[in-house]
Amino acid sequence: MSADEIKIVRTTTWSAGPGCHGGCGVLAYIKDGKLVKVEGDPDHPWNQGRLCPRALALTQYVYHPDRLRYPLKRVGRRGEGKWERLSWDEAFDLIEKRLKEIKQHYGPESVIFLQGTGRDIGGWISMLAYAYGSPNWVFGLSGLACYTPRLMVMWITHGDHCVVDAAQWLPQRYDDPDYRLPQCILVWGQNLPATCPDAFFGHWIVDLMKRGSELIVVDPRFTWLASRAKIWLQIRPGTDGALALGFLNVILNEKLYDEEFVERWTNAPFLVRVDKEEKLLRESDLKPGGGENNFVVWDTAANQPAIWDSAQAQYTSPDVKPALEGTFRIGLANGEAAECQTVWIRLKERVSQYTPERVSEITWAPPEKIVEAARFYARSKPAAIHWGLPIDTIPSTTPTAQAIAHLWSLTGNLDVPGGNVIARYPFDVVTYPYHSGVGILSLPPEVHQKRIGTWKYGPVKDFRAWAHPDMMLEQVFTEDPYPIKGMWIQTANPLACTGLEPQKWYKALKKLDFVVVVDLFLTPTAMLADVVLPAATFLEKNSLKGWWVPLQAIRKVINVEECKSDIEINFELARRFKPDFPWESIEEMFDQLLRPSGMTYKELCEKGWVLPPKGHPTAPYLRYEKGLLRRDGKPGFLTPSGKLELYSSWLERWGLEPLPYYEEPPFSPVSTPELYREYPLILTTGRRSSVFFHSEHRMIPWLREQDPDPIIEIHPQTAQSLGLEDGDLVWVENWLGKCKRKAKVTPTIHPKVVMAPHGWWLPEREGSEPSLFGVWEVNINQLIPMGKVGKSGYGCPLKSILCKVYKAGGE
Amino acid sequence: MRYAMLVDYRFCTGCHACEVACKQEHRIPAGKSAGIKVIEQVQEFPGEKLDLTYYPLLTQLCFFCRPRVKKGLPPACVKHCMARCLTFGPLEEVLKELPQKRKALLWTQEI
Repeated sequence: MSADEIKIVRTTTWSAGPGCHGGCGVLAYIKDGKLVKVEGDPDHPWNQGRLCPRALALTQYVYHPDRLRYPLKRVGRRGEGKWERLSWDEAFDLIEKRLKEIKQHYGPESVIFLQGTGRDIGGWISMLAYAYGSPNWVFGLSGLACYTPRLMVMWITHGDHCVVDAAQWLPQRYDDPDYRLPQCILVWGQNLPATCPDAFFGHWIVDLMKRGSELIVVDPRFTWLASRAKIWLQIRPGTDGALALGFLNVILNEKLYDEEFVERWTNAPFLVRVDKEEKLLRESDLKPGGGENNFVVWDTAANQPAIWDSAQAQYTSPDVKPALEGTFRIGLANGEAAECQTVWIRLKERVSQYTPERVSEITWAPPEKIVEAARFYARSKPAAIHWGLPIDTIPSTTPTAQAIAHLWSLTGNLDVPGGNVIARYPFDVVTYPYHSGVGILSLPPEVHQKRIGTWKYGPVKDFRAWAHPDMMLEQVFTEDPYPIKGMWIQTANPLACTGLEPQKWYKALKKLDFVVVVDLFLTPTAMLADVVLPAATFLEKNSLKGWWVPLQAIRKVINVEECKSDIEINFELARRFKPDFPWESIEEMFDQLLRPSGMTYKELCEKGWVLPPKGHPTAPYLRYEKGLLRRDGKPGFLTPSGKLELYSSWLERWGLEPLPYYEEPPFSPVSTPELYREYPLILTTGRRSSVFFHSEHRMIPWLREQDPDPIIEIHPQTAQSLGLEDGDLVWVENWLGKCKRKAKVTPTIHPKVVMAPHGWWLPEREGSEPSLFGVWEVNINQLIPMGKVGKSGYGCPLKSILCKVYKAGGE
Repeated sequence: MRYAMLVDYRFCTGCHACEVACKQEHRIPAGKSAGIKVIEQVQEFPGEKLDLTYYPLLTQLCFFCRPRVKKGLPPACVKHCMARCLTFGPLEEVLKELPQKRKALLWTQEI
């Protein structure tokens, strides 16, 4: 082909195609309206010309013979695989009619709007749910255990979220004069180069390693990063909380924290009542009419209590010198005297329980290595922590994430160059909302009260506007407090991926009156739908990406038959459900979303990507000092008290423990020794593959050949004791179910642990029931229960369950 | 002219971008080998020390993406390597990188 026949178009990855959380600048090579090649955009600051295998395999994805190309309607029994082609008008008419019938008979809350991991879907599916009138927008992974638990903990602790500073906000990246290289990066539970999590390009870690950053790696598996780490801590899956508390123990005992930061910016001096029910002391306790949200410290200058006015972000009396340590008797409004201690003392007492020796017993990591790692992290300036999904996918996610967030807070690494920097929607342009109250459309509070889970879990009610997936699934069967009749499933595959105990999801889908699936291929889940709508890849759509940084345009480059983008599908249906829908066109909606940036969608497309300038509240650094975080422009944080809350007032309000603590996984050698005798291996799941995004890409030849089989990693000693050899087919089984895997015998896994990757189904197999693309043969989630969430409602036991493994054959 | 590729395999993360980039560039179907292949090696050294290294190896098929190089572009694998562990150029220039790289592989070819 000659160069003049080929048109090269710039755009940005997000969602379908590579499948991921996106951000990479790509050059799409187009010939006669068809994609012929994809390359990385060398001018893009995010990936700087590089590209992952999934993006490089796009020509095989976009034109895959199995791709859905037009809407389908079920004509046989559910799961029978008999379909009839529909036009888009027929499909929309049918969906509108059926969903309106459900609304009329049962109320709009009886329809669930289910997504997989967010990407360029979350914002738009919520728009559709709200236009229809249902508050039940939900992510299907048990305990919402993907980033949301960590986001919540960061939000309650520092009012914002943060990520490792890899200079992603700076136009000159690592060479920017404002940037400092992290001396130490603590990589907690993630093999970053195989994934780009949390809007973070995984190989930035490799860039930093080359420039001299040294690693501490916490991982039950000997990953590539572990092999390159200064210190590798091979812990028992699910015990991360104990390790973080052990680090805090060393840091507090050896005074390795940033004392000035702790005194000035955290709620460490706040008094906590300890003689009765432990509770933060508030101004309202001291005097009638006192502020419920104002807190109390002991002023060593005046030798009396002083009041911290949270709204004003200052003490109500001058020259207060708050005591960081001590026990005080404080006179209350009701005449009682309350014994109080500072938050700092409470925290110190809590972490004193987690000595390196005790933590070693819990985690299996040697005590001297725990101490060495804590010292290396705390003494490195700056130091950064990158944490992974394993912090979400354990029921004890909330106290675990809190303990880890305290590490970067106490060591003065928050929002500093090369530390953990606060990450905000760029220019405050929100395309995929994380918080209740921010979104494309809204619902009245009385409708949100019907959102499943709001009545049980504080974070579900107050933090993120998702319904609770485990309670939702139960409610399909119990119909209590109201029935669930329909499900709109968009780019999610609960039977193969997000659904734990997929047996239960299968029964639920079969019970519903009406199921719509929006996807790019027929999946095991789509096989159970009444209507299937064909979605587009990022190359076939206009969109915009505002997740951390930069603000980016996604531009339509090609058409693939009748496929429509998620946005188009949601937009067109939303208009049918909401007569006063505010926009006539998608571009008009984009323009409104972009308003905080001062740009129109057209202008953003011309620029491609834009970084918020230095000094903007959505760009680092040290914004808490400069008054760039709070809406009133005062220094401090967007927390209830304006302080960084080491002792969380949100957790206290939700009836949860306000300080971090360790909780044993629900199924483990310690908590269920009887089960452990029968199922003597710890099963962990979810390791990432660079050639798959969760359950996607198994049908893409260039990708599948790199990771062809559903495997299970087994240590050579364990394999020998079980009479297994590398490549043997084995059953992995526990009390809930079993699946078949190919043994990968490797010393990179602990002898007492086995690891089985998630998201497996076999697109090459028969799609109709009972096969459903072989999902029942290979899906590891059949061994993992729904409903075992943490006390916060968040977290699930994906990383630590029990199983046995034995050779398959004969059946 | 003699060109060279320096493979700093200490930083190869085993992501397979190079292999897929090669297959895309040269339209090599799945099931057939590309011009580059990444080999995973888990090694147990004395003292119970484990090592996991990925070795990107050039195959007989590799011709350093001659058409790209003639146009002033790097070979497809070099351009897309996520870990930036492949350095390509005229041999003389690549040799200048050598003193900084301990334990690397060097491949040379005429273009």
